[in-house]
Amino acid sequence: MVTGVGDGPVGLYRPEFEHDACGVGVVAHVDGVKSHRIIEEAVKVLMSLSHRGATGSDPLTGDGAGILIQMPDTFLREEALLLGINLPPIGDYGVGMIFLPRDPQQQETCERICEEVVRNEGQIVLGWRDVPTNSSNIGKSSRDLQPVIRQLFVSKGNQITQLGQFERKLYVIRKVIEQMVLDSGVDQLGEFYVNTLSSNKIVYKGLLMGTQLSDFYLDLQAPKLASSFAMVHSRFSTNTLGSWKLAHPYRFIVHNGEINTLRGNINWMVARQGSMSSSLFGNDIKKLFPVITAGASDTASIDNAIELLINTGRPIQQVMAMLIPEATGARVGMSQSKRDFYDYHACLMEPWDGPALIAFTDGTRIGAILDRNGLRPFRYLVTTDGLCVMASEAGVLQIPPQNVLYKSRIEPGRMFLIDPERGGIIDDETIKNDLSTANPYGEWLEANLMELGDLSDTGTSTETDGIRLKELQRMFGYTQEELTMLMEPMAAGGSEPVGSMGNDTPLAVLSDRPQSVFSYFKQLFAQVTNPPLDAIREELVTSLSVTLGSEQNLFEERAEHARQLKIESPVLTNGDLEKIKNLNLPSLKCATLSTVYRISSGSGGLNLAIDELCRKATDVVSRGSSIIILSDRDIDKDHVAIPILLATGAVHHHLIREGTRTRTGLVVESGEPREIAHYALLIGYGAGAVNPYLVYATLDDLNSRGAFGSNGSRVDDYQQNYLKAAQKGLLKIISKMGISTIQSYRGAQIFEAVGLSQGLVDQYFTWTPTRIGGIGLEVIESDILHFHSEAYSERSQLTDVELNNGGVYYWRRNGEYHMWNPDTVAKLQFASQMNDKKSYDEFAVLANDYERNLCTLRGLLSFKNAESPIALEEVEPVDKIVKRLATGAISLGAIGREAHETLAIAMNRIGARSNSGEGGEDYRRYSPNENGDRRHSAIKQVASGRFGVTTNYLVNASDLQIKMAQGSKPGEGGQLPGHKVDDYIGWVRNSTPGVELISPPPHHDIYSIEDLAQLIYDLKNVNSSARVHVKLVSEVGVGTIAAGVSKAHADVVLISGDSGGTGASPESSIKHAGLPWELGIAETQQVLVRNDLRGRIVVQADGQLKTGRDVAIACLLGAEEFGIATAALVTLGCIMLRKCHLNTCSVGIATQDPELRKHFSGRPESVINYFYFIAEEFREIMAQMGFRTVNEMVGRVDRLDSREVLSHWKAKGVDLSGLLHWTDVSSLVATYCCESQDHSLGGVLDQELIKKSEQALKHQKTVSYEMPIRNFNRTVGAMLSGELAKKYGETGLPEDTINVEFCGSAGQSFGAFLAKGITFTLKGDSNDYFGKGLSGGKLIVLPPEGSTFKAEESIIIGNVSLYGATGGESFIRGLAGERFCVRNSGAYTVVEGVGDHGCEYMTAGRVVVLGPVGRNFAAGMSGGIAYVLDETGIFDQNCNPDMVELEPVVEMGDVVELRTLIQKHYEYTGSESARKILSSWKQMQAKFVKVYPRDYKKVIEARKQQRLESGRGG
Amino acid sequence: MGKASGFIEFNREAPRRRSTNDRIKDWREFYESWTDGQARNQGARCMNCALPFCHKGCPLGNLIPDWNDLVYKGRWKEAIESLQSTNNFPEFTGRICPAPCEVSCVLAINQEPVAIEHIEKVVADKAFDEGWIRPEPPYQRTGKRVAIVGSGPAGLAAAQQLNRAGHWVTVFERDETIGGLLALGIPNFKLEKHLVERRVAIMAAEGVEFKTNAHVGVNYPTSDLKRDFDAICIAGGSTLPRTLDIPGSDLVGVHLAMEYLTQQNRVDAGQIIPSHERITANGKQVIIIGGGDTGSDCLGTARRQGADTIYQLEILPEPPHSRGPGNPWPQWSIILRTSHAHEEGSIREFGVLTKSFFGSGGRLSKLQGIRLDWGPPDVMGRSVMQEIAGSEFEIDTQLVLLAMGFVCPDPRGMIADLEVQLDARGNVETSGNKMTTIPGIFAAGDMSRGQSLVVWAIAEGRQAAFGIDQYLMGSSNLPTVDLKGWA
Repeated sequence: MVTGVGDGPVGLYRPEFEHDACGVGVVAHVDGVKSHRIIEEAVKVLMSLSHRGATGSDPLTGDGAGILIQMPDTFLREEALLLGINLPPIGDYGVGMIFLPRDPQQQETCERICEEVVRNEGQIVLGWRDVPTNSSNIGKSSRDLQPVIRQLFVSKGNQITQLGQFERKLYVIRKVIEQMVLDSGVDQLGEFYVNTLSSNKIVYKGLLMGTQLSDFYLDLQAPKLASSFAMVHSRFSTNTLGSWKLAHPYRFIVHNGEINTLRGNINWMVARQGSMSSSLFGNDIKKLFPVITAGASDTASIDNAIELLINTGRPIQQVMAMLIPEATGARVGMSQSKRDFYDYHACLMEPWDGPALIAFTDGTRIGAILDRNGLRPFRYLVTTDGLCVMASEAGVLQIPPQNVLYKSRIEPGRMFLIDPERGGIIDDETIKNDLSTANPYGEWLEANLMELGDLSDTGTSTETDGIRLKELQRMFGYTQEELTMLMEPMAAGGSEPVGSMGNDTPLAVLSDRPQSVFSYFKQLFAQVTNPPLDAIREELVTSLSVTLGSEQNLFEERAEHARQLKIESPVLTNGDLEKIKNLNLPSLKCATLSTVYRISSGSGGLNLAIDELCRKATDVVSRGSSIIILSDRDIDKDHVAIPILLATGAVHHHLIREGTRTRTGLVVESGEPREIAHYALLIGYGAGAVNPYLVYATLDDLNSRGAFGSNGSRVDDYQQNYLKAAQKGLLKIISKMGISTIQSYRGAQIFEAVGLSQGLVDQYFTWTPTRIGGIGLEVIESDILHFHSEAYSERSQLTDVELNNGGVYYWRRNGEYHMWNPDTVAKLQFASQMNDKKSYDEFAVLANDYERNLCTLRGLLSFKNAESPIALEEVEPVDKIVKRLATGAISLGAIGREAHETLAIAMNRIGARSNSGEGGEDYRRYSPNENGDRRHSAIKQVASGRFGVTTNYLVNASDLQIKMAQGSKPGEGGQLPGHKVDDYIGWVRNSTPGVELISPPPHHDIYSIEDLAQLIYDLKNVNSSARVHVKLVSEVGVGTIAAGVSKAHADVVLISGDSGGTGASPESSIKHAGLPWELGIAETQQVLVRNDLRGRIVVQADGQLKTGRDVAIACLLGAEEFGIATAALVTLGCIMLRKCHLNTCSVGIATQDPELRKHFSGRPESVINYFYFIAEEFREIMAQMGFRTVNEMVGRVDRLDSREVLSHWKAKGVDLSGLLHWTDVSSLVATYCCESQDHSLGGVLDQELIKKSEQALKHQKTVSYEMPIRNFNRTVGAMLSGELAKKYGETGLPEDTINVEFCGSAGQSFGAFLAKGITFTLKGDSNDYFGKGLSGGKLIVLPPEGSTFKAEESIIIGNVSLYGATGGESFIRGLAGERFCVRNSGAYTVVEGVGDHGCEYMTAGRVVVLGPVGRNFAAGMSGGIAYVLDETGIFDQNCNPDMVELEPVVEMGDVVELRTLIQKHYEYTGSESARKILSSWKQMQAKFVKVYPRDYKKVIEARKQQRLESGRGG
Repeated sequence: MGKASGFIEFNREAPRRRSTNDRIKDWREFYESWTDGQARNQGARCMNCALPFCHKGCPLGNLIPDWNDLVYKGRWKEAIESLQSTNNFPEFTGRICPAPCEVSCVLAINQEPVAIEHIEKVVADKAFDEGWIRPEPPYQRTGKRVAIVGSGPAGLAAAQQLNRAGHWVTVFERDETIGGLLALGIPNFKLEKHLVERRVAIMAAEGVEFKTNAHVGVNYPTSDLKRDFDAICIAGGSTLPRTLDIPGSDLVGVHLAMEYLTQQNRVDAGQIIPSHERITANGKQVIIIGGGDTGSDCLGTARRQGADTIYQLEILPEPPHSRGPGNPWPQWSIILRTSHAHEEGSIREFGVLTKSFFGSGGRLSKLQGIRLDWGPPDVMGRSVMQEIAGSEFEIDTQLVLLAMGFVCPDPRGMIADLEVQLDARGNVETSGNKMTTIPGIFAAGDMSRGQSLVVWAIAEGRQAAFGIDQYLMGSSNLPTVDLKGWA
């Protein structure tokens, strides 16, 4: 079932959250020689990238493929002639490649519009050509949706005289056509689409697989069709609501990645339109609006932006550098002129931020750019005959080694350009140098850009006295616990406070307590389709600085554009704000608008006040204020303030709608914001900077009371600490979404609203998703009046002393409601430990008591019981139901060994599943106990840290879970503090006891959906019998991602709610990120069913499930399996101390302290009792509803009622119809999992390897053989290793038992999880994830025989090699890409050069680098040693010094180790570099630097000392 | 929160009790004082649990983790502010509360709980020493008048809350001293009376009017109350004692505990009791019937009066020394508790039933009892007792003190006059806001709840104050208290 595009939101589905990713390729002749061969080769590239695309439920319908070429003049001229059209000379005609509606009537109307517009714009219609197609081999759904495809020939009119003018005119024509078709409403299914309308290039694309493209478009087969370059693209979209027009290429680019800041970029572009003017376009300029086509994808949008900017006269390379700038942080080394170039352009436009590999062309020049993080691979080679082949993978074309001139890759932030007019290939340095010297950017900045830090202090600031302080605190809803739990720790320690055990308080809209507007928003985060970033370890790519002021006309480039105020961090001190207030330059003028209004204006006053505020904003902008300060300083007894977020959003959107937003910067001066999440929201809705004055006053007061030491602390210290914490927290929030700069986060609205009415959102937070409706202004008004009355109570003075405690973080009797409270914990413990059903029932009544405490969305739902319930005996047995339950992922490390094993034993006894969490597993747990109990975790997690993920670990699992995110801190990594890493934990995790362990925010092998598919494929290869799970966290769009996950062939998708989580997390993440599972499960079910993808994947729910009722609701919304973590721990004695992060759990659960672990008193029986109680309660509900089996109940939202909540003053606006949207499908479409995924493991190369290795596997005999290999042979070696591990476990086979020599370009994950005893030698090169999870095997790579290029200067393996390796060896003769040896925890390797972020998060093993090293080497490296040959003496600039020390290699042990490794490298690979080094070892030894992690060194030195002492003693 | 590893580093430590030899010689408080450092170390032991079961277990909902932390950090002034936000009289509860908070403390699961009550006492005492607790009259008066009948902890708490809310409050006390059981029931060695007087003085300075010897319904007409006040709160306690109706109970030498304890308190306060009315244990063999706190108070009093031997008889069987399997944390622990008075010397007998008293010349000389067998609990958890044949025993005695608790308030007099409805147990029936069935008339403390702890009385008084304030003004900013306890 495929629905056409143009659909709006349905149920919880929102089309704007569609994602795609892909394979990208470019074939070009460096001298611009046109030929048909280019096109042929490009088509071949497309075919060998087919594994990067995807298909939906229909295996023959691809997600999209296409090609962009230069105008094929010769070919088209002949074709046109056949139609009687005589084309003018090339350049004087344009061709429109157009998709038209299938309906003849509609087609005709559209064609008429096209022609009319061409004529109206003064150009000449020459005629139409039917594009010949062959649709016999494409998929049915694709054929069903196939538009009419025609080409329109347009000739230049006689007013066109200037160069480029015709192309600009064609641009105008296309925009006008698009708008007219839209306005006419004729195109009912949204089929009409102009692929290209250009005089110099043309696109052929469609809803096709890469392999089908040239079959489909007959033109592509014509020998006369020639171009000097071709750009191809194969698409993998997250769902199958396929569309012809969503295929790439777009008009200028192909894109692999995501634009995370899209919403903001679009808004800013709209805002800019008001100030655009151009002599090039004159009056035509208005016809270009909206510049960004409404509802377009991220790629289409940036394509729109590029198109506009190119037409401003900027060369395409400048446009790309403007939109996707390099990192310019202090740690990045670059020339001043280049820095100036970027700084200047930052005044013009915010970055379009997100992972992006973009290949681009203006019709003549062709190039590619990679964003600053470099998260997408792009390899290229140049041949001796002038061909350049660039693609997402190496080896896409088979080119004889002797023809290869050199091989390389595009590095993060860098650009590559082929400009035949300027002699072919131009490197990044030349491009940037040309750009940055084109104008005196430095001088312009010097003369115009003001830096806040350079302004002198005004010496004035407003202070707050004691009584006023209490009033203000109450007025803005401050609570005692915010003081002690948030502000004190930030100000004392300079970092964000950490909590544990998730969130169990009501959604803001369901809480009985008044709420701040901030609390209705949840942060969105990256998962699967784009990676979150690590703002700590990869700080160099981030930036907090913003500019404020009035933007100028984008079409010009003048010194005045730099007349802005630059601020280094968006959280301002009082002094900073005073400086801004005192600005009074012609170009920088500041106006303060008060956000308060008279309380006496009564009901409706808020609405009027906002309108008034917006009017004033218009007024001051028109009078030239380039900075507006929104201030609530004037709040008092008679005045309340518009909640500051509301005020900010209102003014921001008001000015956008007015088209004046870019004329002014917005600054907030408010007593309301105090949490990091508040700053993020204010900036996300348009504020450039925030002054939280009440925070400073509160900190002063706390200091006077001895909070920062009994003698008080210096204001500079605690205020700076607070600011530092806020800045770090902000960076973390933006990096969760994969965004690097605050400048592009500003206004990007990376939030989902929960509980705000659509009307309110449309007005003040336009475009923010809000899917369950909720409150309007009147509730907000009543809340602020409530706070006001608390502040100004006249009678009682009992409340004067203390602020209300709040009880939001930690339960308090008069505080916010918590689902886990002393009553529920006590009841559940009694019930489970005593096996007391009555007590469980009482617990369930308390936990399900939604009458009194609405708390959750499920609380608003009730069951529609059957008219005649069935007998309980008829319902599937309880033993079967408990097998659908699992405990949550809790790592050994987070909790102690006893608790971890007790959970496993309990689950294994009842056939349910426990989850290892991220932390490996002691292999001894794979054998049963004496009493028959099995202690292994059925579900083994594969998380970003890959701790202990060995081949043996993987084959001993019945489920493998890829953790993309976790509920309590989605988008973030983790940290296990050193004090929790004891000897045992260290051993299980392959790390050094006592040394902190870091899990990166992203999986470094998953930057996109096709990467996820690759990891699933890897895991399936190792252990084909295990189900592969993908764990996601609920947020808007998660259903779309789940569809992608299903298409990526995962067996299970787990949707976690925001509220669960047993681990330690920053408080702001626990409270402000992620959404309830109810929304996630419902959306997942809706999208999967709609795309007919549900039948092949199991859906699991978790996140604070506690009772049979919870399970029943999850089932009815669409889940068939259920995870329970927190409650299971409670049955083992957890009392919700929420101290997991401190290692001081007094009941011995979440601690590694041996003394405290003695207090552990949990028994498996308790967990079992509880799970049976849940299953029984679930069965009772099933019986009442008349369901005999769980399967028939899955997704039956029609049997849920959204309960009468109309009586609740706040919840009455909530509308759950989206949640309960019933997808009406035929009986042929599965609604629960009923078939298994096709993992296509039949034809993998390993099947052959296993056969050929039989003697070794069966009889441990040595075998050796050769094997050719291509880039589509992926994950070679993993299945073989799995077989080996199943038989020989942890110990494997003796070294070099199985020897395979490969020749060719290996696909991704070559040698993944290679087990001990296997040696692979690859003659050729390899793609990304080389040696992923290496588990004891040996990998050798060297250039193919006959190659002439210099191996030590050429790239030979791709990005993220040896990620998560736990052991083994690897010798690489050539350069590796970015992120070499990330999370290595045991492999020994030699390589001849690495890209950026080498050895990141490494914890053990050895890395020898014999050549160049990219930036940020050794970030987060806490163990192991790297030896780097530093011939030029600049290595220290590229090394991140935060965790490592650099030392010479002098100690005997080190010298021997290093030399031995290089010797081996030479022997295995014949490396020229190694030979040279060894031949002059004495001199070369001195040039090596030992990279020694500081904490690791401490531990190692201490051990040495110990050995020495014990040696002396003995 | 205290110190993360505080509970690992420091053991529980309570202030030392004065030596028994020393303390039985006088009527002064039996604890020695504590240093600030000791209090801070105990504060450090608090883990600031996310679910503070102590705070749940405290009838008042004291913000225990908050002030434990402040004490640990030496921020004493904020500690008393936090403490006073839920508790009007921490100087009392810090001394005489059985500390259900400590029973609920999560450390009590597997080690010794935080010494919460002692910390509370230190905070309160320090606050008085520093002058932080002083009269706080309201900003403005509402003009409404409220009568509180009974000056025990419930009445006093209600009075203070209502006064601070701006109402004019008059407290009526039937006896000659303000404080109810605080003043007359509880012995000095547990709560020295100057502490009560100090608090009363503060309240008087805040504007609360006290009327002693005003027994409403007896020597002060109930109708005057109804006429002169906008609201009434009755907090007269549970006054009808449980008695033993067995042969010999009318002998001279058989006394009610309250009769005995109040007399000693009056003597301590300097009143002269005619010798024929004086009840003293001096030189006698004393038997206390009832194993609860009142029994323990009698024990300490008798010891200080110079008793010879003291028996304490309890009808229920001896509880275990640690929690039984059906009595897990955080339930109130049913275990054998040894009070300071027990340390001072007594013979405790469990599972015995007093059958009769014998005397000579109308004077008590002997108690006869029998041992009991308590069968296994039935489905409702109740055991049935059975006398063990042949286990009869006799003890010579000259003084028997009946400390078996109270049944309910006296239904005559004021209660009858007000025509408020009583519940099945004979207590005054109230709604959640402590209003009786008669609008404008509220009831608090033992009179409504039945006999209970001082903390419950304060909690009741606070909640009644909220109810009254709301009744009088339409809404109230006074804090509320959840009076239900564990679900």
